[in-house]
Parts: sequence; structure tokens; C-alpha cells
Amino acid sequence: MTEIGDDDVVLRLEGVTKVYSGTVAVKQVDFEIRRGAVNVLVGENGAGKSTLMKIIAGVESPTLGRILLDGKPVVFADAADAAARGVGIVFQELNLFGNLSVAENIFAARELARAGLRIDHRLQERRADALLDRLEAGIDPRALVEDLRIGQQQLVEIAKAVAQDARILILDEPTSALSAPEVEVLFRIIGDLKARGVAIVYISHRLEELIRIGDFITVLRDGRVTGRERMANVDVGWIVRQMIGSASKDFAKSEQHEIGDEAFRAEDICVPRATGGYEVDHVSLSVRKGEILGVYGLMGAGRSEFFDCVMGRRPHATGRIFIEGRPVKERDVTGRIRRGLALIPEDRQREGLVAILSVGANLTMASLHKFLAGVHILGSRERSAIGRAIRDLSIKVADPAQEVASLSGGNQQKVVIGKALMTDPKVLLMDEPSRGIDVGAKAEVFRTMRRLAAQGLGIIFVTSDLDEVLALSDRIAVMSNGRVTALVERADATEASLVAASALGHGHPQTQAMEKRA
Amino acid sequence: MTAMGHALDKRSVGSGSITLNLMKLRTFIALFAVLVFFSLAAPNFLSAANLILMSKHVALNAFLAMGMTFVIVTGGIDLSVGSIVGLCAMVAGGLILNGLDLRIGYTVYFNVAEVIAVTLCVGLAIGAVNGALITRLNVAPFIATLGTLYVARGLALLSSDGATFPNLVGKEELGTTGYGVLGAGRLLGLPVVIWILVAVALAAAYLARFTPLGRHIFAVGGNERAAALSGIRVARVKMFVYMFSGLCAAIVGLVVSSELMASHPATGESFELNAIAAAVLGGTSMSGGRGTIGGTIVGAFVIGILSDGLVMMGVSSFWQMVIKGLVIIVAVVVDQAQRRLQQRVALRQTARLG
Repeated sequence: MTEIGDDDVVLRLEGVTKVYSGTVAVKQVDFEIRRGAVNVLVGENGAGKSTLMKIIAGVESPTLGRILLDGKPVVFADAADAAARGVGIVFQELNLFGNLSVAENIFAARELARAGLRIDHRLQERRADALLDRLEAGIDPRALVEDLRIGQQQLVEIAKAVAQDARILILDEPTSALSAPEVEVLFRIIGDLKARGVAIVYISHRLEELIRIGDFITVLRDGRVTGRERMANVDVGWIVRQMIGSASKDFAKSEQHEIGDEAFRAEDICVPRATGGYEVDHVSLSVRKGEILGVYGLMGAGRSEFFDCVMGRRPHATGRIFIEGRPVKERDVTGRIRRGLALIPEDRQREGLVAILSVGANLTMASLHKFLAGVHILGSRERSAIGRAIRDLSIKVADPAQEVASLSGGNQQKVVIGKALMTDPKVLLMDEPSRGIDVGAKAEVFRTMRRLAAQGLGIIFVTSDLDEVLALSDRIAVMSNGRVTALVERADATEASLVAASALGHGHPQTQAMEKRA
Repeated sequence: MTAMGHALDKRSVGSGSITLNLMKLRTFIALFAVLVFFSLAAPNFLSAANLILMSKHVALNAFLAMGMTFVIVTGGIDLSVGSIVGLCAMVAGGLILNGLDLRIGYTVYFNVAEVIAVTLCVGLAIGAVNGALITRLNVAPFIATLGTLYVARGLALLSSDGATFPNLVGKEELGTTGYGVLGAGRLLGLPVVIWILVAVALAAAYLARFTPLGRHIFAVGGNERAAALSGIRVARVKMFVYMFSGLCAAIVGLVVSSELMASHPATGESFELNAIAAAVLGGTSMSGGRGTIGGTIVGAFVIGILSDGLVMMGVSSFWQMVIKGLVIIVAVVVDQAQRRLQQRVALRQTARLG
């Protein structure tokens, strides 16, 4: 990372961190915007680009760190305040009023009015016309916005920002909806704005485009800046390396351990669908002690519903389940948890955590009976168990009394796992355990799964990620349309066969043909 | 400031800022403020007799507010408590005065202890009806308890055709004398009511902090789905809170009729609103999951002292209503401000932790 001189910097972010309840979106980011240049911001989905952009545009305020405008610290009260100081933004989803004219859109909320009361439509239209001419847009200011093509609408958005004398113009994926000639027009306009000293912040996924238009590039990964360079010094390969890094797919290595007797077996699990047919269609699966069974399938394949049946959350479910060979007669969740089943639900916020309670209270919620003397919860015993769980799962939390909502997604997921483990389960059901957590936390969750399996737990996990299911499972089941369409040893599984099995019975002519052959 | 926080923390986290601590203690500060204000403004306010009298007034609302706190913490509401007070007062008064007519020529008379037991069971039963409506038939708590509000009040009026059961002195030979002890008796210089309040409050606070049931109440209010998936029997928890609320209302019905030595079917009208006010003033969140018994008791004292003090100062009862309303609104506004501040502090900590 070479140092770039900082003359010409209009706006600078210093050590900016933004935390949403549960996730750290950007961490300690420094970012400079130079006048008369195209400042490119790039990163994978979820890397923190949008958050950073919202902070610059005053939509969000940073949790930590400061913003320097012309070298002086500023705090943007809201988007209008930022706009008044010369920050304009064109969002990817356009914010235009389709039922109003182009001129009315350009001057929306800043109408040119006589005596502050009556809108001077003629003046607005004249000004709008001048602006659009400068952008070589060829748009009639009296036209309704909904009658324009997307590319033209984008130009209206840009005109709107220019009308506010934006010194900094943020363009979020401006070319995603444009045709090739429209892209050329846009690039010419960008060049023109640059020449007049406007600082452009350009966000895009199209790397060739960035190299062509950009002057400076900043790469984000997992909320951190991983690269900062003059565009002249970089190529596509460099950008990709900075974006993805080396640790992107870090699955824990499988350690050899004994796989024991059967831990869990489900036979003929069935749930009828209200509209006919079955949500879960005669599913039978089993898992042995120390084994990880991956259940691969598309959304709506009946995987989560199968877990619901096993946990006793579907009163109309039929079928039998066995733990260590003995039938489970308990019909409700409480009883099944006591028998050694535990579920890590897919939707952490809605089903996994009580957000307003502390980390500690969430961890022990399902296992309070272990800390009792009569009806009294022994504080010391509970605290030491909480401490142990936090250490074992390396949950990053300053104090277990902190509200669980203040943790990052990955740490929240560890709390949910910790809660389940505290009930001493024999079988762990995990529904999309890596959803919505960052790369590092994913790797930790996967390591934890390995470790638990090595300790003799039977694990069934559901995922829509092919890499994940292939890397983690000892055996793989594929579900489609409520049925198990494939059940293979890891060694015999290929990506192609899993994908094919996951599409069975979904009604496409191709897959129906495959079904017939199978 | 949740009960959970208390149960687990060594020292509340992230409360570095003085403002935050002040906000957390706001109910106590309010209590202190009204005490100081009235002791300066109203003569005789601090006399032992007046303090005891006020405590007896406060106690009635405090019982109801404790029951209400648990209900609100689970995310529900109990509008029926005022009516339960009235019905239970009539049940107790009727049993002492007329006994239970079996319609076969015999009338059964209960002694005072039995009367009290029966009355408490009536309160529990109405609470159980509320709970069953809400958990088994999925009626919204507001509607279910609104229904029982009317039913219980109607039954209270029917029991005497709207008349008062007067003069509950009882008869020596039936063992029904001594009912007045509950309302007028003293133990170690303090009214019996206060001792009962202390006992029930300690039990409720203990339940909230140190028992699984207490934890479950907060978990259900915080996120019902997550609680159910953690093996908490949500229906049982809800049954408990409505039955406890009914029990508290029955206690109030007994105390009121014992104090007056008479039962009037309109007893307890609009008591439910005072109870909700006390709970909210004490930091109970109407959206569930937050609240403490201690806070609620203090809230009940603030409201009670405010109205008694204003009476002593000769402020018109119309102004009293305006002032009470304003105090409640201010309390909730401060509560919101505190929550925002707390959230910001917690987010900062996470940010530092990376």
C-alpha cells in the first residue's frame, strides 16, 4: 500500500466504525475523497460499501471516528444537512417521483417559489433544461419521470445532485441498469464533472469499468480497508486479491475420530401441506455419534420443516423418532430438549435469541434446571457455567451482563450454539449455521462443529452452500420438494450430483426428465 | 434496567456516564423529590400517622401493580383487576354476612380463614379464565381481560342486586368475627396490610430474580418464539402471570372490604389504570421483557404520595388528574431517552471490541 499525497482531499473519514445492533458493518476505516478525481470504492457484497456511503451522505452517523470536510471535523445531522454542505448521492435504487415531472423532481423539496409560496414552474423548467443540456441528456423537463427510460432517470438523479451544487457526488452502481451507449454518456458526464473539480465517489462491481474510469481505488473486505492505491498502479488481479483475501473459504480440517453407534433416527416424517401434497414427504434420516450429516437443498425444500417436526413444533407431523435406539414419545419441544435434541434455528433474531436479555441469561435460558437448589437459581454456579461457555466458544463480550443485541452476528450465533450445548444434547440440529455471519466467525462455527462431533455429538446441519456441505459433512443428504432425493457418503458426492438431486421434483421439464430416468 | 441484568451483573456494564446512572435511578429520584416537596409544602405530611395512612393507600395499588408488572413483562395486559377487586370484596362480604345458601334448606357458614381462602381462590380462578382465554383460545390479552372486566363487575352487582353488604362484624357463634383485622389490625406498630405487602413483594421480587419461572417470564416477554424453542412452556408461564394478577386483586378486595367493614359492588373501578400507571412509572416496558418489582413498588408510592400530598395541600382533584397524567408521560419519555443512551454506550463498547 503506497502512501498517496493528501493535497486535494475534500472529505476524509478517520477511523470510522459503524455498529448496527448485532453487526459491525465497518471497522476503523480511513477513506479520502479527492476533488477533480474519481474515487472508486469496491468490495464484495456485505463488505461495508453501502454503510460507508451512507455515512458520507449523512444518512447514517458513525458510531466511532470522525469526518473531516475541507480539513475541519463535521457532523452531518441528516442527509439534508450533508446535501447542504455539498454531498450529493445517486442511490442504486433511484429515489424519484414517477408521477411528477423531471423539473419537479430535480427541485423536489427545494422548490423555486415566489414569495416562498407559489412554485415558479417556468423558472424551474428553464433551470432544469439548462442543467440537462449540460449533461447532454436530451430530456424534456416537462416529461413525467415514469415515462423515461432507466438510463434517463439516472441522469435526472445526477442532475438533481448537480443542481444542489454538489462538490462530492456519490454514484452507487450507476451503470447496473444502463445500456452501453448510455454508459458512454455517463462517463463523458463524469469526465466533465471531474474537470469542474467535483469529487466523484464511484461504487461498482464491474472491475474493467473501474479501471477505465477510476483515479484512486479503495478496497473493502469485511468492513475493513484492505487496499488503497492509484488506479494507474493496479490491475484486475490486484483488485480481486484485495477483495477476496486468502482466508475466504477457511473450513476447518477434518480430524479423524471414531464414528460411533446411531445417535438419532427419524422414520417416515410427514407433514401435509395445507394446499395438498406434503411439506415434508416421508423423510427418514439418521445420524451416528460423531458424525456430521449435511442436508443440502434449495430454499423451500422442506429442510427447516423437517427440523421443526423433529423438535415437536409441528403438531400435525407424523412419523417416529429415536434417540440412541429408544423411541421418543415426548411430543413437545420441552420434552424433546430433555431427551437430548437441540435446534439452532435459521432465524437468529426471531427464534434464537431474546435480544433484550443479557448474554448470560440467553446462554442459560434452556438449562436453568442445572443450576437449581430447590427453586433457587444458584448465582455462582450459573455464572461459572456462563463463563465456561463464553471461553469454550470464544464469544467476544466484555461482560456477560451486556445485552445480547449489542454483539456481532457471529458472536450472537455462538450464544445460540452455547445455549443449545448447555442442555447437554446428544443430537444437534443446525439450520443454516453460517447465515449472516462474517468469514472469521464462520470458520470458528465450523471448527466448533468439528470439535463437537469429535466429542461424540451427532450433528445434522442444513445449508444451501455447496462448498460448505462438501467440506463439512461425513455424509450428505439432499432434499427437494419435501423428499430426500439423495443420500451419499462424502467421498461419493460431487457438486454436479448434489445440484441435480436438489432440483428433482421441482417441475422443470428438464428435471422431470431426470426424475423419470432416476 | 431489567431484572435479568440485576440477577447476573456484578456492576452494571457500560454505565460509566453519570447521566445514565441518574436516569436509571429516576423513579427513586422522583420518589425522593415528592417526599421532600410535600414535607416542605404540606404541614403534618411527615407525621407518623400520615405516613402510615398513606402507606395503606399505596398498598392497595401496589398489590395490583405487582401482578400487573408480571403480566406486562410477558407482553400482555390485565384490564380485569379492578373488577376482580369488586367481585372478591362481594364474595368475602357475602360469605360473612349471609354464608353460602345451598338451596336445599341449609346454609353453610365459613369462618374468617376459610372466607379468605375461598376469596383468594375466586381471584385465582378469574385469572385462570383470563390465562385460558389467552393461551388456549388465542384471544388477545386486551380483549380477553376487557371481557372478564365486564363479566366480573356484572357478577359483583348481581350478587347483591347492586346493594352494599354492610357491617361485616360477623357472629361469634359462627366464627365469622374478626374480619376487620385484615384492614385495621396492627402488628409491631405497623398495619397488617403493610406486612402482607412486604411479604408478597419480597416473594415476587425473589421469584423474578432467582427462580426459573421468573427468568421464563422475562424470556417470554422478550421473544416468545425463542423462548418456546428453548423449551420454555410459554402457556404455563402466561397462566401463572394472569393467575398471580388475579390473586393480587383478590387480596385487595379482601383488604378494602375489611377496612370499610362493608362490601360495595363498585369497589375497585378504574383501579386497573392506576396499576398500569404504577408499573409503567416504575420502568416496566409495555412492549414486554422489561420491568422490576422494586421499580413498580416505588412507582406506586410516587403516584400514591403525589395524590395524597396534593390533597393535603388542598389542590383540586381535577388538577391532581392533570398532574398525574403529566408525571406518567414524563416518566416514559425519560425511559425512552435512557434506552437510547444505553444502546449507544453498548454499541460503542462493541465497536471498541472489534
